[in-house]
Amino acid sequence: MSAIADQAGKSVTTAGESISQPPKGAGPMQKREARLAYTMLAPTFLIILAIVLGPLVANFWISFKPVELGDLRAPKVLINERVKGKPKQAGDPATLEYRVRNSSQKNSIANAGFTDILPPGFTAQQLPDACSLKGIDIQCDLGTLEGKAREKLVISGTVSDEYLGLRKPEKASKPVSYGDADSVLTNGTFTLENFRRVFDSDEFWSVLRVTFYYTIFGTAGALVLGLFAAQLLNTSFKGRGILRGLFLFPYVSPVIAVAFTWVVLLDPFSGTLNALLTKMGVLAEPVNFFGQRAVDLHLFGTSFEFPLALSTVIAFEAWRYFPLSFLFILARMQSVSTDIYEAAEMDGATPMQQFWYISLPQLMGILSVLFLLRFIWTFNKFDDIFLLTGGNAGTRTLTVDVYEQGFALSNLGVGAAVAVVVFVVLVTFATLFIRFSTKEEGL
Amino acid sequence: MRLLNSYVLSALSGAVWGFLAMIVIGVTLTLITGELAIPQVGAAVLASALGALFTHLWDGKAASAGQKYAPAVIILLALLAATFGAPFALPLSVEPLWQLLALVSFVAITFWSNRQTMADTPKGTLTRYEKEVVFLRVAKGVGFVIFTVMVALPFYVMVMTSLKSQQQLLGNPLDLSIDLSGGLSGMFRSYVELFTQFNFGTYLTVSAIVSVATVILTLLFSVPGAYAVSRLNFPGRSWMSRSVLLIYMVPAIVLVIPLYAVFSQLGLRNSLTGLLIVYPATTIPVALYMLQGYFKGLPAELEEAGLMDGLSRLGVILKITLPLSLPALASVSLYVFMIAWNEFLFAFMFLDDPDIFTLSRGVVSLNSSEVPRQHLMAGAVIATVPVLGIFLWFERFLVQGLTAGSVKG
Repeated sequence: MSAIADQAGKSVTTAGESISQPPKGAGPMQKREARLAYTMLAPTFLIILAIVLGPLVANFWISFKPVELGDLRAPKVLINERVKGKPKQAGDPATLEYRVRNSSQKNSIANAGFTDILPPGFTAQQLPDACSLKGIDIQCDLGTLEGKAREKLVISGTVSDEYLGLRKPEKASKPVSYGDADSVLTNGTFTLENFRRVFDSDEFWSVLRVTFYYTIFGTAGALVLGLFAAQLLNTSFKGRGILRGLFLFPYVSPVIAVAFTWVVLLDPFSGTLNALLTKMGVLAEPVNFFGQRAVDLHLFGTSFEFPLALSTVIAFEAWRYFPLSFLFILARMQSVSTDIYEAAEMDGATPMQQFWYISLPQLMGILSVLFLLRFIWTFNKFDDIFLLTGGNAGTRTLTVDVYEQGFALSNLGVGAAVAVVVFVVLVTFATLFIRFSTKEEGL
Repeated sequence: MRLLNSYVLSALSGAVWGFLAMIVIGVTLTLITGELAIPQVGAAVLASALGALFTHLWDGKAASAGQKYAPAVIILLALLAATFGAPFALPLSVEPLWQLLALVSFVAITFWSNRQTMADTPKGTLTRYEKEVVFLRVAKGVGFVIFTVMVALPFYVMVMTSLKSQQQLLGNPLDLSIDLSGGLSGMFRSYVELFTQFNFGTYLTVSAIVSVATVILTLLFSVPGAYAVSRLNFPGRSWMSRSVLLIYMVPAIVLVIPLYAVFSQLGLRNSLTGLLIVYPATTIPVALYMLQGYFKGLPAELEEAGLMDGLSRLGVILKITLPLSLPALASVSLYVFMIAWNEFLFAFMFLDDPDIFTLSRGVVSLNSSEVPRQHLMAGAVIATVPVLGIFLWFERFLVQGLTAGSVKG
């Protein structure tokens, strides 16, 4: 075996000069090129690692921690220094008092202590056990300070003229504290409590359902509106450019501006739309579009609950994002060659038949890619609902729930647990998207 | 379906136009004058249907000028007769000029639409093809009106509300007219107050600085990255260009809690530095993805020629690649600018200090019961105008950018 291999190797080396063989492994040129590429990509890679991937992992970590918003401020040793006694002349006794306190109510501080410089002209005579004096530098070690702990350290001594000349001798130097506080974020306590609270709450499943309604109908609405808008602008006429620009307004404008405009427009008391509808006799009384969870609708003898606020939010979503699908669909439609339509025309196909049998099949690719992308982005959307309803009236989606749990209820751990749920659902869709995008060219 | 001959079809399409035109014109009249103009829909439908029928009847090469324009008169007379001379349910003495204008536009619009709808349609029984052509014309017209109103109405309300005073808004929510009685200073009082009392000058500056800095940082990071991915061979290249896409699928809300925690500890939270770390990090993947697509489309021969002539890689990028990709750089910059300018979540979570609020954050702070509505809307206008202005000015580039990279949104 080895002989054959040797021979083969030899024949390659000898024949290498005459028969050109592709080089094996990476040559020096290639290595240099790869090194250059990595150098150029390194900054991007690092910032994404720090701001996207790192936090992503950290979010999983936090979701297993009993951490609240208040825990972010690490416990600190707080010191209040004062002088007592009323020395009249040099040599009179006085006391120096340090009041030490743990800023945290529940977390302890290990190896706590502080250093300070004695006030000028103060000579210490008696020190507490915890403190030691070196020249005028004083150091006090307090060991472990429990949560809420307070301690008082008194140093007695005598004063000189220099001391008497100062108005506030204790202000001459500030005590510097130290101590090892154990942060909940970094210590070794883990808990499943956060996830238990997420899945046990009755709200969670309704939040999940609302999220899917919002995502599916919001995406579909934006796609259908975009398809219609693209049909309208696929012919050339005067003012087409202006209309195309106008149709993009909802998407280009800041979310904050358009969301508040909708709120003002649909306000039940001073909103223009409600005023129009009631005064013109369409509605008996104003409708609180963003504040009312459901209205009873009577249709064909049956009555059902119509989720009003959720539908309004979905309408906003479709309104704000139709320009995007409109742009994509229009671009795709304009790339379809006109020959095929001319041929269909010759064969007597009607306009609707041309749309159903020629345009729509050509658009299926872009429509499905758009649906997946928009689905993921609508699922991720936080701003819109937060600004429109704040997640009230049956419009709370998972993303709003992250904010609600983490910041409104100050329980970061539970918020992170909801974020984990968001991420897991998302990864499922992203996998789907990757499957599709390998089939569909162009994106 | 045989009943649906050209006469019935013309009357039906006329009815649709009458309905639509009356509602749009009536509502517009109401909003412009502040007087409640109830659209007389029934009368409008009737008048326009009649007009359409006669337009179709008298259509043809032999039609005299009188026959051509008579339907307009028919529409006018029918409408006035069916509404007893009050086509908008208003006495003629109220805003007579506006009413006259509304009446004229109703007649003109329905007359013109009726002519267009039935143009080149033969009389009598129609083929399926001919019916569908008519049907599509109506559908397109309806579509244009609905889309335009749907998009324009909120923006109109935004601008007009910002020009009103509290009493005017509460007194008559329907009145969205331009009120010149208070003079220019009266109209723009909300804006003046925002800039003088609510610190909006600072917000505007901060937003501009943050957005421009984000664009610059993003380009500095993504241009070399995109060049490497598109031009250089290295192990993991295809994996790299694929995973870039995945990165910007990561929702911001998942990052916000850890970033909030870490930035609080580092003292970066309530600072613009913090924002300027987070914003580029979220835009770099998009920018890289867009740019590498463009770089791949550039002919590699040009760069190879540059290398042969003794340019370094850096020289090739600076002197050949970048000048050739100016359009792509422009659209990426505009797109990133738009994202940074409109960003809300991180600005809202990170910034507490009103001295470094961005516009988004500043407008949110106006959303309280103590601040009147017109101030909120004026804030919205201030936040919208720069980005819309830039968009309209560079529309071509931005549309390219949107289609190339706006998988994000």
